[in-house]
Amino acid sequence: MSALEVRGVNKRFGGLQALNDVNLTVDEGRIHAIIGPNGAGKSTLLNCFVGRLTPDSGTVMFHGKSLLGIQPHQINQAGVSRVFQTPEIFSDLTVLENVMIPALAHRDGIFEFNAFKPLRRETEIRQRAIDVLEDLGMEDKTDMIAASMSRGDKRRLEMAMGLVQEPKLLLLDEPTAGMSRADTNNTIDVLRHIGDSRGLTMIIIEHDMHVVFSLADRISVLAQGTVIVEDAPEHIKGNVKVQEAYLGGAH
Amino acid sequence: MLGLSRNDFLLLLFVLVLVAAAPIFLNPFPEGSEFAQFNAGYPDLMQRFVIFGIFAIGFNILFGLTGYLSFGHAAFLGAGSYAGVWMLKLLTINVIPAIVVSTIVAGIFSVIIGYISLRRSGIYFSILTLAFAQMSFALAASVLTPITGGETGLQTALHDPRILDGASDGAGNIPAPSLFGLEMKQSWQVNVGDWLWTFNVGYYLSAFVLLIAFYIAIRIFRSPFGMMLKAVKSNNQRLSYTGISPRPYTLAAFVISGMYAGLAGGLMVAMDPLAGAERMQWTASGEVVLMTILGGVGTLVGPVLGAGLIKYFENIFSKINDNLLHQWFAFMPDGIEDFMVTIIHPFVGKGWHLTLGLMFMLVVVFLPGGLVGGLSGLYRRVFQRRSKAQ
Amino acid sequence: MELSAFLLQVLNGLDKGSAYALIALGLTLIFGTLGVVNFAHGALFMIGAFCAVTLQKILTHSFITLDETKTDFLGKPLKVKTPYVEEWFGQVAGQAIIDWAVPLAILFAIPVMLLIGFAMERGLIKHFYKRPHADQILVTFGLAIVLQEIIKAYFGANQIPVPAPEAFIGSLDFGTLIGFDPGVIIYPYWRVVYFIFAMIIIAAVFAFLQFTTFGMVVRAGMADRETVGLLGIDIDKRFTIMFGIAAAVAGLAGVMYTPINPPNYHMGMDFLVISFVVVVVGGMGSLGGAVLAGFILGILESFASMREVIEFIPGINQVVIYLAAIVILLARPRGLLGRKGVMES
Repeated sequence: MSALEVRGVNKRFGGLQALNDVNLTVDEGRIHAIIGPNGAGKSTLLNCFVGRLTPDSGTVMFHGKSLLGIQPHQINQAGVSRVFQTPEIFSDLTVLENVMIPALAHRDGIFEFNAFKPLRRETEIRQRAIDVLEDLGMEDKTDMIAASMSRGDKRRLEMAMGLVQEPKLLLLDEPTAGMSRADTNNTIDVLRHIGDSRGLTMIIIEHDMHVVFSLADRISVLAQGTVIVEDAPEHIKGNVKVQEAYLGGAH
Repeated sequence: MLGLSRNDFLLLLFVLVLVAAAPIFLNPFPEGSEFAQFNAGYPDLMQRFVIFGIFAIGFNILFGLTGYLSFGHAAFLGAGSYAGVWMLKLLTINVIPAIVVSTIVAGIFSVIIGYISLRRSGIYFSILTLAFAQMSFALAASVLTPITGGETGLQTALHDPRILDGASDGAGNIPAPSLFGLEMKQSWQVNVGDWLWTFNVGYYLSAFVLLIAFYIAIRIFRSPFGMMLKAVKSNNQRLSYTGISPRPYTLAAFVISGMYAGLAGGLMVAMDPLAGAERMQWTASGEVVLMTILGGVGTLVGPVLGAGLIKYFENIFSKINDNLLHQWFAFMPDGIEDFMVTIIHPFVGKGWHLTLGLMFMLVVVFLPGGLVGGLSGLYRRVFQRRSKAQ
Repeated sequence: MELSAFLLQVLNGLDKGSAYALIALGLTLIFGTLGVVNFAHGALFMIGAFCAVTLQKILTHSFITLDETKTDFLGKPLKVKTPYVEEWFGQVAGQAIIDWAVPLAILFAIPVMLLIGFAMERGLIKHFYKRPHADQILVTFGLAIVLQEIIKAYFGANQIPVPAPEAFIGSLDFGTLIGFDPGVIIYPYWRVVYFIFAMIIIAAVFAFLQFTTFGMVVRAGMADRETVGLLGIDIDKRFTIMFGIAAAVAGLAGVMYTPINPPNYHMGMDFLVISFVVVVVGGMGSLGGAVLAGFILGILESFASMREVIEFIPGINQVVIYLAAIVILLARPRGLLGRKGVMES
């Protein structure tokens, strides 16, 4: 069964056709990678899924419900979480608080006037946040102010914020960019583990082919705003069209 | 204790001791001494300390946590004051209904203004709130005179209906606001040696309300709701991608701070049953902004300190005149005495604003983060240097 | 409403609109270039006005001679005050110089305001570029109070009348110029002068920013300060000069405003709040928006104070500026001509 159905999505910025009739089907429980050269429209496509951009035409259906024309927080509440490429964290707050906020959003919805219960009595949420941070090897950094962390740690925090929500669909925009090789491998293991154990659907944008081929069940190749190939990983490597797209030989 | 962590409980206890003992330690100089001028332990001023403290605590819940800078909170203070006087006129001279209704009316008023103003952020939000408050001020002073008493203000009168108290027979004095018969202006004076301490009913009622207001503020700061407000300040955009709608959170903070302002307005008229339009003017809104920044934005106790400091300057420095200066420096040779008086003269009395302005500048330059932020930073630096040396 | 009455209100709105536009222009320049919320900008307007007062005092500075031919009411020789300028330049020229004190004060005010602007920026504002807006507000508000108190200490708390040159006293019968009956549209000469003066200053500032390399760099810096800094251009020095210019514009607005409204020490604060509204309604960081909003709000204010309008909507004259601000900001999220992302966090 498909979790996400993208049909005929177009997006134009002035004279640039950023997305050109994009079609994409992501099956439930699968990890679907979107690859392509720089400027192919990968991040633009992701932005159309979370309400940051509205496509000019086309549909984006998530489990039969349209994701277009609704607010970002409604999309998230429908079960779509996004891990941003440039860390978008709450830099003045501690690491633990950064993770507790999405966890509370998952439990309480878009608004809850929870003004008198002390935060430290939210033991369940707190534990969940700590568990996720442990999974990502950040349990010793819980009380740090988020802004003071390294870029790689911020990326891992981003991931924790997405994972703690137990979303139905997780969108990852270059999750390992700026990470050391060891951290990258650890991240791959964590995502693999979560994908297997929870049957979580993921869309992952990535430049690092090592990450893509160790994770993806299926790969779509985007070039100049359109999907040129969609296939299983083993068929992508030798594909002529893909090589042309990356080497700039197409068109 | 009381649902607070140990540190927060100690902070509450500190504030409790502070306000309870204020009549004593605010009068450190013996009565009639040269420096009695610096004594602040008289009811009128102490009431102002705590009432503006409440106003600033509430303002800080909005500005300190969410970062939304309102330039129109005086409108809620004014609305609360008018509502309070009307309760004293129509219902009863007992201050309880006045204080409660002031808070509610200001709350309703802030729902309307907040709902509209929060459609914008940053400076656009500030200007919207300023515009609403200035409109309220102008209308209260002119068109709404039947409700507000216009430029003369609204006050209690002998022939007010006071439904719950029974009709006045038209003789005697205008009744003074009271708490179940205990008049707000009633005071007990205690002489200890040369010192004079005044314990005033109105002050202790206000101080009690301040403690409750402070306690609620601590609970809000430490709650999931408070954390969401901090997240609004930190990264509004991200919050919505996290599944939270920032708008209702900021509106809730706006209304809470508006209700604090109304509560302060209600207490003001409970102490002195008079409300004027100037209470809504932008200078009054600006004052609470300055109190909060001066004390420390986003800190718990900062706004109270800021409010106290500004009110102290306003009341004490403005009263110092040349005669007093000559008295103080009388021990010096005449030439130097005159010289000292000439030097200090521009900063006191009518020139107290100059001192206030200089204080603002000095605090921002040397204590970034206000009194609380700056002093704790200073403390940390000294402490760390010492621990490094060891 | 008659056309003549309409025109009269437009004219009446122009001089206040000019003052709003000039102050807002400087405010938005400082916002846009330095990212600083300058609550002391009203004080600069006020200091400008007191430049005119000071010059008038200097020019009328007199020595006293005894005129033996005349006696005062006590029978003593009459004391005659003669301003030094009359002694130096002769009576006619001297009196003319005194008469033209306000226009002359422009020459006096430009260097003074530039110096004050430079000193303010180098001495204080410079250290607040990276500080939160809250700190900028507190420190500039403190400075405004200090400046205000210093002026009060020297000049007292009362309004000080500063007359316009005699040539401009009286009114222009503007109506007759465009075919109305005499006496229908009457407009004081000095207000005409003020409006023209404001237009010249505004045009000069725009031309300076538009046509000089300096202005180009400043505009680039307003759009993206960091990148311009990376190009190896010393943007800080240019911003200091911009601050000086903004101070001079506010000061000149103050100088020329003195005959319209005798200055007092708190006139700056009175204009400050409305100027902020003007800047924001015009759109943060937009110079054209500030000027446009200044005139729109000035003219609206003048219309709202017409008797017919007040009878129709009581109290409208008091609130029209704020009402307009609310409507405009709700209809246009970033004001009339604002750009996205300026001063929104």
